[in-house]
Amino acid sequence: MIQLKVNGAEQSFDGDPEMPLLWYLRDVLALTGSKFGCGIGLCGACTVHVNGQATRSCVTAMRDTAGKEVTTVEGLEKNGLHPVQKAWMQINVPQCGYCQSGQIMQAAALLNSKKKPSDHEIDEAMSGNICRCGTYQRIRAAIKAAAGEMA
Amino acid sequence: MSAIENASRRRFLTGGIIAAGALVLGVRYYSRFSSGDTLPHDTNADHATLHPNVYLGIDPDGTVWIVASRSEMGTTSRTTLPLVVADELDADWKRVKIEQAIGDKRYGDQNTDGSHSIRSFYDAMREAGATARFMLIQAAAQQWGVPAAECETDLHVVVHRSTNRKAGYGELASAAAKLPVPKREELKFKAKSAWRYVGKGEVSYDLEALVTGKAIYGMDARVDGMVYASVEHPPVLGGKVKSYDDKEALKVAGVRQTVPIDPYQPPPAFQPLGGIAVIADNTWAAIQGRKKLNISWDNGANETYDSDAYKKELRETAHKPGKVVRNIGDADAVFAKAVKVYEADYYVPLLAHATMEPMVALAEFKDGKVTAWAPTQNPQAVQDIVSKELGIAKEDVICHVTLLGGGFGRKSKPDYVAEAAVLSKKVGRPVKVVWTREDDIKFDYYNAVASMYMKAALGADGKPTAWLQRSVFPPIPSIFDVNAVYGDPNHLQQGWTDIPYDLPNLRIENGPAKAHVRIGWLRSVANIYHAFGIQCFTDELAHAAGRDPVDYLLDVIGKPRTIDFKGVEYPNYGAPYDAYPWETGRLRHVTEMVAEKSGWGKRKHGKGAGVGIAAHRSFLTYVATVVEVEVNDQGEVRIPRVDTVLDAGLVVNPEATRAQFEGAAVFGTSIVRTGEITATKGAINQSNFQDYPVARITEAPYQTNVYIVDSEAPPAGIGEPGVPPFVAAFCNAIYAATGKRVRDLPITKLGLS
Repeated sequence: MIQLKVNGAEQSFDGDPEMPLLWYLRDVLALTGSKFGCGIGLCGACTVHVNGQATRSCVTAMRDTAGKEVTTVEGLEKNGLHPVQKAWMQINVPQCGYCQSGQIMQAAALLNSKKKPSDHEIDEAMSGNICRCGTYQRIRAAIKAAAGEMA
Repeated sequence: MSAIENASRRRFLTGGIIAAGALVLGVRYYSRFSSGDTLPHDTNADHATLHPNVYLGIDPDGTVWIVASRSEMGTTSRTTLPLVVADELDADWKRVKIEQAIGDKRYGDQNTDGSHSIRSFYDAMREAGATARFMLIQAAAQQWGVPAAECETDLHVVVHRSTNRKAGYGELASAAAKLPVPKREELKFKAKSAWRYVGKGEVSYDLEALVTGKAIYGMDARVDGMVYASVEHPPVLGGKVKSYDDKEALKVAGVRQTVPIDPYQPPPAFQPLGGIAVIADNTWAAIQGRKKLNISWDNGANETYDSDAYKKELRETAHKPGKVVRNIGDADAVFAKAVKVYEADYYVPLLAHATMEPMVALAEFKDGKVTAWAPTQNPQAVQDIVSKELGIAKEDVICHVTLLGGGFGRKSKPDYVAEAAVLSKKVGRPVKVVWTREDDIKFDYYNAVASMYMKAALGADGKPTAWLQRSVFPPIPSIFDVNAVYGDPNHLQQGWTDIPYDLPNLRIENGPAKAHVRIGWLRSVANIYHAFGIQCFTDELAHAAGRDPVDYLLDVIGKPRTIDFKGVEYPNYGAPYDAYPWETGRLRHVTEMVAEKSGWGKRKHGKGAGVGIAAHRSFLTYVATVVEVEVNDQGEVRIPRVDTVLDAGLVVNPEATRAQFEGAAVFGTSIVRTGEITATKGAINQSNFQDYPVARITEAPYQTNVYIVDSEAPPAGIGEPGVPPFVAAFCNAIYAATGKRVRDLPITKLGLS
């Protein structure tokens, strides 16, 4: 039995410990904000926070989540919108939107560790997150806007 | 006008069509898509008090329901078309609720492809709004005993200024519903100066849902009792299962059963590919079980397909006389005597869509009917193929359209939805088919591989005196007719037969190519390779002639004129030619404007840096793009800046339009940098983002500036036209920066590093 916290709530899991966290979130808990994009940690659509760190849930086995705190896009902000989400709306980032949960979780983790990231730092932190619609320049702008908001 | 009738008095009788499947929508059906949703054929607009047509309804509380009948994959059509209705209705956007239509022919064409949602439905949306507005005004005028001509509307209310009376749309809805629906000729459309939303735009109706993880895509659809499926498809198109052993697969925890799916009968069209499905309690178990299958395949005739050999074949065909699709003068006679003749071969490989959301669909077969929830660009095609596969009536297929995690044309082809329906029938439960990324890359309907041979004779002034262009590519119609080998007019028109140059001698040909994989529409389609061939060859000729590429381009486009397509089969993207003529003046204008906006010829470029230009019309929109490139000593390519100018006629949503053109530059970046699908012994070699990379933030253009021409022309395409000129301009910029010509895509073959 694996015990973990998801968005603040205690959960226990007694299925296949090799099952990636992504499928537990999506298929078992019905938290579908985290997306399946590649299944091998190459696109970032599945990004969640595990103990505050941006983590690819599609390659994180349930056995490695024991005792951890998992935050998904649904739990990023308890009241209203997180500054990153607000900035995403202000800059009108999403097109299809499918990758944006992962982008937002990655950006939120970046801003937790770097208050005012440079272009280079943003590009480095976000380079694991693919957006096929091509919203990258808005993502960069939104991260800067959110950094201003959070400062 | 039969399309507009007072449907509030003619309820859509759904009768036996109400599938039980729709009643078990499960825990989280789209709260923002519709409320209640117990009658799958009905919308809230249908049930609204005032309901003059299928797209619109108004309730007594003032809520305006607008039906989005086209699919949302990021182009914002789900928002932008309803904006047109709301504007003509003079409605308050905050009181508008959008609901997504199911697949139903009463909405007309729903195939959200070809960049024509606005173009084809702008008038219908205006009419829908104007009709309701007319009826609301009539109702108010009757109540007040004043002439309707003295009444006007002002944001959700009807006003009679001289008596200072006002009535809200909600209050008037019941009375208006009793009135006859006006004829189109009676309608009064708003003056452009009174437009609230058209030309100003709005962000996506779903924006907040998109940033909070609440938006529901096909991948997120759930119903009670559903099981999950992962399908092992034949690795070669047309292959069949010889035998299989599922013992180990069935041992995987959570796996329930395996189900064979019949191979398709040629042509493939939108049929399931066949194979073995693993059915499980969750996606992970289905994928794990699938890995344990032991299948022996009969690969069939396409096993001979090898993309390297095929490339050579295409090139050889392109060097032989082909079918003449357009001719002016006598190019050969000029070539025979010409002093300077230039030739070049261009090549673009197969390209995959790689939408961020892989193919996925949920379907339930119950009581002889199917209910599907799918991220589809074409719900009526879902109805068609599912009805054929299951032998049921088209009306017995209810297709709910979820949000799409990208489409790019792939999701116009509903093979994956048919797969879910077939499996549900076999399993007796709702089945959600989830394709892995590997499935998506290996079993796509690829953008055609194309070889283009270009030849031009230059006169003393450097301008072409004769021009020959010959393209060879396996055509899209091959998915519907295995013997189709020549380009069809719908795709030859895409930047090929409509070369806009003023040439005294021009011959355009097309050669045959047999398809060995499924070929399909991908954002911009044939325009990608055609624009690449023509616009890069033009740049080569400019340099050969010692001319500035912009000046040269303007020179070959020639004087402003309307192209005469007499004797040429030119479908003009399905639009009437008188409303959407091919005007070279508009292409000149965007070219001149992008030169100015980009500072062409004025900015200094250091070593390893340069700019390139290309201009192209596709989907009735004129675009010119300048790309700036830097290549360092390691051969790494950066794109610091892109400037693009578009003339798409009336632009309803400028903000969404800018976003589409920014995205098109990134999409084009992927094509140029790394886009390549290859095959060995008929099987696709690529599988995921490690071997089919798409542009990341570090590789995409740093800044794309989009300029929209203020145009009086009717609305044209937005989603696709940005890609083709970007691809060519990027390649021309690489030449400017490095002196290396890009004739084969992607540039991984160029040896920059």
